[in-house]
Amino acid sequence: MSASSPSAPRGQDLPPATNWRRPQINQGWLARLLDSKTFLIIACLTPALGLLMVFLTYPLGLGIWLAFTDTHIGRGGVFVGFENFESLWYDWVFWGAVFYTVFYTTVATVLKFGLGLWLALLLNENVPFKSLLRAIILLPWIVPTVLSAIAFWWMFDAQFSIISYILVDVLGWRDTYIDFLGTPWHARWSLVFANVWRGIPFVAISLLAGLQTISPSLYEAALLDGASSWQRFTRITAPLLMPILAVVLTFSVLFTFTDFQLVYAITRGGPINSTHLMATLAFQRGIPGGQLGEGAAIAVSMIPFLILATLFSYFALARRKWQQGEAND
Amino acid sequence: MATVDIRDVRKNFGSTAILHGVNVDIADGEFVVLVGPSGCGKSTLLRMIAGLENISGGEVSIGGRVVNDVPPKDRDIAMVFQNYALYPHMTVRDNMAFSMKLAKAPAEVMENEVKRAARILGLEALLDRYPRQLSGGQRQRVAMGRAIVRHPQVFLFDEPLSNLDAKLRVQMRAEIKDLHQRLKTTTIYVTHDQIEAMTMADKIVVMHGGHVEQIGAPLELYDRPANVFVAGFIGSPAMNLLPGVVQGGAFQPDGGGPAWPLPPDARASEGQRATYGFRPEHLSLLGEGIPVAVTLIEPTGSETQVSGRAGGASVTGAFRERITARVGETIHVMPDPALAHLFHGETGQRLNAA
Ligand SMILES: Nc1ncnc2c1ncn2[C@@H]1O[C@H](COP(=O)(O)OP(=O)(O)O)[C@@H](O)[C@H]1O
Ligand SMILES: [Mg+2]
Repeated sequence: MSASSPSAPRGQDLPPATNWRRPQINQGWLARLLDSKTFLIIACLTPALGLLMVFLTYPLGLGIWLAFTDTHIGRGGVFVGFENFESLWYDWVFWGAVFYTVFYTTVATVLKFGLGLWLALLLNENVPFKSLLRAIILLPWIVPTVLSAIAFWWMFDAQFSIISYILVDVLGWRDTYIDFLGTPWHARWSLVFANVWRGIPFVAISLLAGLQTISPSLYEAALLDGASSWQRFTRITAPLLMPILAVVLTFSVLFTFTDFQLVYAITRGGPINSTHLMATLAFQRGIPGGQLGEGAAIAVSMIPFLILATLFSYFALARRKWQQGEAND
Repeated sequence: MATVDIRDVRKNFGSTAILHGVNVDIADGEFVVLVGPSGCGKSTLLRMIAGLENISGGEVSIGGRVVNDVPPKDRDIAMVFQNYALYPHMTVRDNMAFSMKLAKAPAEVMENEVKRAARILGLEALLDRYPRQLSGGQRQRVAMGRAIVRHPQVFLFDEPLSNLDAKLRVQMRAEIKDLHQRLKTTTIYVTHDQIEAMTMADKIVVMHGGHVEQIGAPLELYDRPANVFVAGFIGSPAMNLLPGVVQGGAFQPDGGGPAWPLPPDARASEGQRATYGFRPEHLSLLGEGIPVAVTLIEPTGSETQVSGRAGGASVTGAFRERITARVGETIHVMPDPALAHLFHGETGQRLNAA
């Protein structure tokens, strides 16, 4: 097609062709076995199923079984039916833990998502030092939980709290040090605060990933269509972020609901059992308290809540109508 | 409908200059195509007109009003993006009605406008589908529908056909042209495809490296390219461009071989370095013509393209008549001197009088 054409007819000074052909290879029995689909299915599934049985199904099954026995540490138990659950029903400490777990999960999730979304939107703009900011935001997440729990423990200490120090001695806004962990409501909010601090990075980074899948040309089109920045958020960002938001929300709820480390490291459920989560209470009763059966029953009563959260995700995650079909860009 | 004036427009991204002073005047109702190789700054210029990029220097005015500092939504333009940029979570209807919804138009008006656009574009049956359930050509039409319902003063298209297959591209080309004929809205259309430019434009703006190389009607550019770049860019198969010198009233290509006849209106001095250009279709077979050793024969049915060597120069010809010669044989050809072009050896500017 173009004006420049090959400078000389090709193929004149090539070496002569040999008549080498790719030889037929006779496969050994091993090669043939590895080519067999049935064998491969069995060979690949067995280890996975085995691992699942040993590390997932067995402990779960054992936990559920223990919940229906009166096992103590060092003494095998017998089947007692719903006795453990009956005693929990009249146990105000248990109901306190249920209340605090729901409170802790709800408040922390709302805050984590509010602040996480805000951070993600901020990081999705062209801010200076973007990658540095992202790295800093991830920090709370990569610090081991127990380490950060100890740090919070110091920050919440009745005598050495840096927060109290700043409020009282630096700013002079208060006269007395705050007893963060000594009174029930202070302790409850303090733990929620610690959980939010720790959970924000996960939410922010996941939502940021979601935001980055939204094509910038959609915003440009909306800009030309006359959308204000708030309208661009509500009409473009929010609906397009919904699928990933639902996934992140589900995971966040599950993680928060089953939290153990932060609470156990900072308050161990105190003061006067006011900050027990179901997980910490289950551990408290089962291991230090020795009543394995009752601890297991508390753990088992978390299951309905978790199923509820999973169902929510199942329905929220069901592909929306607009997501079906081939991608647009 | 409006005129668009682009006055010495410049664009820098950081310290890199992308557009170096572009001037284009666009009349009311005109269909202007910005064409040029990839990376020459066409999209950047279009996005500056739309208000999606700020203007580093110069002025853009739409309908006589300088819009440098006017936000995009108030420029009264509509843009069709290369990837269509349809809102994936809205139906075709909602995609088209989105701008009216934001402007709080009455429901009947919205319904009417959407229906009208859908009728024009043949989208009536698809109004309740989502973008993902549409084919490429249908998405393209929805993107145009979204532009139509706004009755803008100017339509902007950025390579709207480049995601379509060859056949659909030809069809949509005709549809866009037809739409323009009906709506008579000023249109600025960006493409890297010179055939699209030639077939659609009232006026073509050829861009290269952030400069405007030439502005003119399609056949004007084809017949009288202002420089070597336009000569090589417009037309398919591309124009033959032979470097060489003017010698003894003829053109002597580098690398030796027979001389070529100069165009009668060429203004070149003896011994001047120049580029000699002629289109493949302006070459004809002639018994006592310039001998060309054939290296490639490409029959397309309606014509046959023959490439070969005449001395040091490689040339391509496109012939209506059937060629019996084979690769390795020699044919004799002659360009029509009246249709040949001569360009300056250094500046590449056209040396023909007209
Ligand atoms: N946001 C940007 N930042 C820096 N350089 C850019 C940006 N957008 C485009 N460019 C550069 O500007 C030049 C012209 O780009 P563009 O207008 O998209 O070319 P095209 O003619 O292919 O549409 C290219 O070299 C491109 O790399
Ligand atoms: Mg482009």
